[in-house]
Amino acid sequence: MEAGTQEMPAFMTNRDEDVTSDSWRQHRKHVFVLSEAGKPIYSRYGSEEALSSTMGVMMALVSFVQSGDNIIRSVYSELHTVVFLQKGPLVLVCVSNSRQSEEQLRGELLYVYYQIISMLTQASISRIFEHKKNYDLRRLLAGSEKILDGLLNLVDSDPSFLLTAIHCLPLASSLRDSLSQILQKAITPNLVFSILVAKNQLLTIVQEKTVIEDARLEPADVHLLLNLIGASSAFQAGEIWTPICLPLFNPDCYFYAYISYLDPPECTVCLLLLSTDKEAFYAVADCKRKIEEAMVAQNALSLIAKAHSYSVSQVGVSDLRHFMYKPFDVPDTYRQLTQFTSPEMEAPYSSEEEKMRLLDLYRYMHSRIHSSTRPLKLIYHVAERETLLAWVTSKFELYTCFSPLVTKACAITAITKLLRWIKKEEERLFIRYPPKYSTTPNPSKSSRGGKSDQQDSTENGFLTLL
Amino acid sequence: MVLLGSSGVGKSCLALRFGKDEFRSTSPTVGCAYLTRMVHLSDVNLRFEIWDTAGQEKYHSVTPLYYRGAHAAILVYDISKRETFLRAQVWLRELEKQVVPGSSVLWLVGNKGDLAEERQVSVQEGEELARDRGLYFSETSAMSGFQVSELLAAIALRVYECLGAQQEGLSEWRETPLVNLHHRDTFSSSAASCCRVGP
Repeated sequence: MEAGTQEMPAFMTNRDEDVTSDSWRQHRKHVFVLSEAGKPIYSRYGSEEALSSTMGVMMALVSFVQSGDNIIRSVYSELHTVVFLQKGPLVLVCVSNSRQSEEQLRGELLYVYYQIISMLTQASISRIFEHKKNYDLRRLLAGSEKILDGLLNLVDSDPSFLLTAIHCLPLASSLRDSLSQILQKAITPNLVFSILVAKNQLLTIVQEKTVIEDARLEPADVHLLLNLIGASSAFQAGEIWTPICLPLFNPDCYFYAYISYLDPPECTVCLLLLSTDKEAFYAVADCKRKIEEAMVAQNALSLIAKAHSYSVSQVGVSDLRHFMYKPFDVPDTYRQLTQFTSPEMEAPYSSEEEKMRLLDLYRYMHSRIHSSTRPLKLIYHVAERETLLAWVTSKFELYTCFSPLVTKACAITAITKLLRWIKKEEERLFIRYPPKYSTTPNPSKSSRGGKSDQQDSTENGFLTLL
Repeated sequence: MVLLGSSGVGKSCLALRFGKDEFRSTSPTVGCAYLTRMVHLSDVNLRFEIWDTAGQEKYHSVTPLYYRGAHAAILVYDISKRETFLRAQVWLRELEKQVVPGSSVLWLVGNKGDLAEERQVSVQEGEELARDRGLYFSETSAMSGFQVSELLAAIALRVYECLGAQQEGLSEWRETPLVNLHHRDTFSSSAASCCRVGP
């Protein structure tokens, strides 16, 4: 609530910024979206009108290279990297002095594209521009700039985007299971996903069985949903019913999302129900009523309120300051939501600047590991104020940050201990088996189906990775 | 009740005033927000379901879902922005296509009364439009709360009257089968007699 009123002026100044000023030029990362006709659609800083000539130049660059049957991908200068991404009738451009790799920046532009798709769908954007090449897409995006601004802020500050994985809130597995069961019991025809979020982190996600057999929910789609919730204070007003597209699930169709907080006025626990029926509001809202009642009966809200992220000191490895651990899916056996776990950033990474510095170091390590020309399996990097080690195997991807004086041998012992600790804690750190439900009319059959699924997944043992 | 109008005219702020009588600046509504509010009239309590729609064009395809079957539609414009007044008239034409005259209460609301110095739409213009098209009319300020509770009470009263008029119709319709039941004996005996006459 408060955040909404505080953010408002900042959001105004973003748009009102003087695009000829030095401070405008010095932003760490600019993002522009324009149409193939060169019409401005979005700019992270400054108004699109004031930037129409700049965007015109960008489009000229794109079309010049295109006329030679080529595609412009990036431009490097001493301080800046300019990355281009063309998606259908939209051109996305990032101008960055963050020293991130081109691949990372392009990945971020892709997120911006997906967020636009999530609001308008790919099919309707193509249709609009087929009819009218010089259409002003800002007409349709009006009021959503804040959602894109919010996304770009998250991309800069939340490593989930870098790792394309989901960060879930650590929770006793018994509590997570009972929350899932609550969601599993509150269903209605055409309900596809039930998602519970607390403090912008995932608590649990329950999926319709048949839908998930055909396609899986990608982390990027979940990120877009979380950003939508975070960026709009309006959700705190009541129950929301809105069309939303999950671009990786299906870029051309809408789901209807029911969004409501379960703990007003604090508004930390948010329920998201996705249906494929746009007329289902009352039926879906009724599911929320059931979920609410069950949560009150089990005192779940106060238990969730006690849940919080963990401190690296709990691992019990001295010299280890921070880490990010992403286990890989076991392909072909179980379609698992990609997740990662990471402790709170604590001293010396408490200030915003220091947090960003650590994230930048991780981004550097990530770019070396995932370099398209010379990918690495292991990198040991002695930085000015810390030492980092990144390691990727067939089972996991791991980034660790140590105090500067750690030795290589120490770091390796520490990682062995860390991996053992994660193995011990995995039930709490990860959603092990996203539960399923069936909204087909035979309830007895569906509950049996659900049980056998869980047993199957225990056997194939996701996360028995070490 | 459904709130309609351009983006940024203050629909969500009005809804918030209706619901909680507080004011805060909101970010643009995504899709539709659903709120409920009890209104106490002298002899009856009405439970209002309020659909606060998004003014943004991309959600317009969804909006008919909410105004179909609404008992009250509130068309909101910003008195300091003429284009929102014009937009309200477009909404009105849409509504007139969907709504059976007399079945719903339509209300034109000029919001942001606190911005009177920057006024671009006069009170007379609002009143005239309302008179020509058979709407009720008010000017409010969601920010100061001016005339908001009065508006809600007035809407509630009109909706109640409107429902009352419909309910009379409904009860007449209900009475018909009752009368039939009462006369079943007579009917069946006459039918029986018919049968007897038949062969």
